[in-house]
Amino acid sequence: MAGLAASFGSGAMTNSIQEMEQCQVALVIGSNTTENHPVIGTVLRRAVQRGGAKIIVADPRRIGLVEDAALWVRQRPGTDLALINAMIHVILKEGLQDQAFIDERTENFEALKESVRKYASAKAEKITGIPAADIEAAARLYATAERAAIFYAMGITQHVTGTDNVKALANLAMVCGHLGKPGSGVNPLRGQNNVQGACDMGGLPGDLPGYQKVANKEVLKRFKEQWNAKKLPSAPGLTLMEIMDAAHKGSIKGLFILGENPMVSDPDTGHVEKALERLDFLVVADIFLTETAALADVVLPGACWAEKEGTFTNTERRVQRVRKAVEAPGQARADWELLNDLGQRLGLDWNYKEPKKIFKEIAEVTPAYAGISHERLDSLGSLQWPCPDKKHPGTPILHTKAFTRGKGLFHVLEHQEPVERADARYPFTLTTGRNLYHYHTRTMTGRSVGLNDLAPTCKVEINPADAARLGVNNGELVQVSSRRGKIVASACVIDRVAPGVVFLPFHYADAAANMLTIGALDPVAKIPEFKVCAVQLKKVA
Amino acid sequence: MGMPTLTIDGKLVEFTPGQTILEVAKANGINIPTLCHLKDTTPTGACRICLVEVKGARTLVASCAMPAGNGMEVKTDTETVHVSRRLNVELLLASGNHNCLTCEKNGSCKLQSLAYAYGITDIRFKGQTQQYPAETENPLIIRDFSRCILCGRCVQACNEIQVNRAIGYGYRGAKSKIVTTGDRPYQDSDCVFCGQCVEVCPVGALTEKKAVGLGRPWETAKVRTTCPYCGVGCQMDLHVKDGKVVKVTAADGQSNKERLCVKGRFGYDFIDSPERLTTPLIKGEDGRFQEASWDEALTLVAKKFKAIKKEHGADALAGLTSARATNEENYLFQKLFRAGVGTNNVDHCARL
Ligand code: SF4
Ligand code: SF4
Ligand code: SF4
Repeated sequence: MAGLAASFGSGAMTNSIQEMEQCQVALVIGSNTTENHPVIGTVLRRAVQRGGAKIIVADPRRIGLVEDAALWVRQRPGTDLALINAMIHVILKEGLQDQAFIDERTENFEALKESVRKYASAKAEKITGIPAADIEAAARLYATAERAAIFYAMGITQHVTGTDNVKALANLAMVCGHLGKPGSGVNPLRGQNNVQGACDMGGLPGDLPGYQKVANKEVLKRFKEQWNAKKLPSAPGLTLMEIMDAAHKGSIKGLFILGENPMVSDPDTGHVEKALERLDFLVVADIFLTETAALADVVLPGACWAEKEGTFTNTERRVQRVRKAVEAPGQARADWELLNDLGQRLGLDWNYKEPKKIFKEIAEVTPAYAGISHERLDSLGSLQWPCPDKKHPGTPILHTKAFTRGKGLFHVLEHQEPVERADARYPFTLTTGRNLYHYHTRTMTGRSVGLNDLAPTCKVEINPADAARLGVNNGELVQVSSRRGKIVASACVIDRVAPGVVFLPFHYADAAANMLTIGALDPVAKIPEFKVCAVQLKKVA
Repeated sequence: MGMPTLTIDGKLVEFTPGQTILEVAKANGINIPTLCHLKDTTPTGACRICLVEVKGARTLVASCAMPAGNGMEVKTDTETVHVSRRLNVELLLASGNHNCLTCEKNGSCKLQSLAYAYGITDIRFKGQTQQYPAETENPLIIRDFSRCILCGRCVQACNEIQVNRAIGYGYRGAKSKIVTTGDRPYQDSDCVFCGQCVEVCPVGALTEKKAVGLGRPWETAKVRTTCPYCGVGCQMDLHVKDGKVVKVTAADGQSNKERLCVKGRFGYDFIDSPERLTTPLIKGEDGRFQEASWDEALTLVAKKFKAIKKEHGADALAGLTSARATNEENYLFQKLFRAGVGTNNVDHCARL
């Protein structure tokens, strides 16, 4: 988010899902697409099968898409930036860049050019572990295609250098002019159904709806009028991880958590638990008594998605309807209803009776949503923002003529080693992620017949060579420990991971991978370093 | 240069080169029944239901696989065509167990409706005996080979729509069967349970195990909505009977084009989990939760928030909104904290 916004002026996926069936080259980096965004995985596979597209996979694991890839490069976890810089180096050295695009549509190119000199492929080979020839092949493949798209997900962002990684991908796309046309772009794949919407709606400490900054006086003045509010705070607030730290230190006293389960999803779970326990008052609204809700002073029963009206915004900025099919159980109520009632008790003159009306207000205060309404969605099926007026058909591709910020901005970025590296005591590098059958902290999938049967327990992936050395067989229990905690999981001995690397899904509360991970934050996006930490393995006798 | 043309049932129509006869007919409002045809995949011509007459051709042709040609004369509504289609339906009906009463697909089966359309009241040919037992071991999909008409739609769906490459044709002749690699059951194969094969099976050979016996198609209402899991935002229909979601099928959304993955298709029964929270809870002195009314719970929250704000300032409060809640709810949540509480300490977990 923060990375793309700095480069282009908008943090959202630049292009659309189905058009990718027409791309010629797809660079998939840090996204296990076929398991985490399976339907986008099908689009990429169809692009190969039907259109002869070539996929470049850059991933420490042999993910499903490797089967379909023209080229797979296995970077050492946490070295993506060195790989991307090295690709840019190759492109510039061989004159494969789109100079016209660079001249007309971007700024700060000279500085970028200078900065990537250090990343000759031979040097990058030492950092990333990828053979120089493969780095060069990847660069040529991507640069010489007419329509080439980049896809990335948590594998890129969940690092201390996450924001820089994203900016590096933006650099790469701009150098080649692979933006603003079909089958191209820089495309973040959002993990949760409505992450995009939560951000669009101002679920961010510095942003009001539509990424309008709280620190901007004009903006604040307008919102004061529109909301009929006496005053609104102008100082940007704290981010999630800062809120947890502040709770830990005691400066945050009261917290309201809406439908999230940070006890399983956040890094360094032990720290989160202490933080939540130190609060004077914790309110959790959820559909289940999650690990987090169990710590609350007040728990509010929510309605699930099938029990309410509203909208979600998907990863390609597409706003779509959510419709009520069944009644919520017992006294459970939709979040918008309970928020309305709480607002009234906090002295607001609220009287929201229908999500449709709330949406109308959203459209009034959010320029990108101005032309969207439940009525239009009901007749058209969906609309992609920006959709500035009621006649507008929506925007499938961003930055076609100019970037949202005007010129695209190149950033100078340097490789940084992960915060924690494998050493004698913790000799393995752990990376975490999701598997196909579960979602997030399993509160829903863990309670769905079939899904849980297909992936009931947490499995740690270990390379066969390492397993042999440790004397661990497939299915045997292994203790995985880091400087922060330990868990037990059954071994899945498989060459999907490289020697020296192990992988854990983070879904399981009883073997929470995030007991092990680090709270170290990317300085800009404040995303914790989930993807890399050092662990040791021991067979459980 | 003008568009090429052909005559179909006496009508002169234009077409785009590359279109099949079936597509040209459809574009001109002429209905040709199909069984094996599957949109967006390579035609196989396996079921021979979409037969038409083409002047000059020695036999009837499968319109789904035959490219339209300039000057062709096509007839879709002749005695020969109907007799052949009818015969093929009868042969399919005879090919296995097509007792509709005991079939989950009753009411949405394409073979059943073709038999009805062709007025077939009795099965003329003697069916072969069942040769492969049904596969019922996995928790999600039942494979009843006795009802399979080998139309190949599931194979097309798996290989070309989802590109999971888990199934194909196996064995030969009368022993033909749709198989995974090594003819293993789904759960021990490359199958990832996306359920696309079930979605496209025109008969009752592939069905959702969890939905068995929960409702006939004419008893359920369909509600179009968006998948609650990942950011693709697949469109889906929830099938509702007696206030319960009994099945989920894919809809033709712009991002998913009638596809779903295992989570979207099968991850719905948490809705009716007995563990759902049904009443507000307030933690007592003893650390145990006590049931409360909404009024008690919300009044307590408001009181505590006001007290904390008074003593420590608005910035001692914070809210984490949800990437799972709707836009409308996220909007109200941040507005509540900014306008109601007076702090920008609002975030969500998208960073994670
Ligand atoms: S299982 Fe269904 S879709 Fe597959 S070949 Fe048999 S009848 Fe056709
Ligand atoms: S469920 Fe999906 S992967 Fe499995 S056989 Fe059917 S189409 Fe293929
Ligand atoms: S069906 Fe699968 S791919 Fe589609 S939105 Fe749901 S989880 Fe994502």
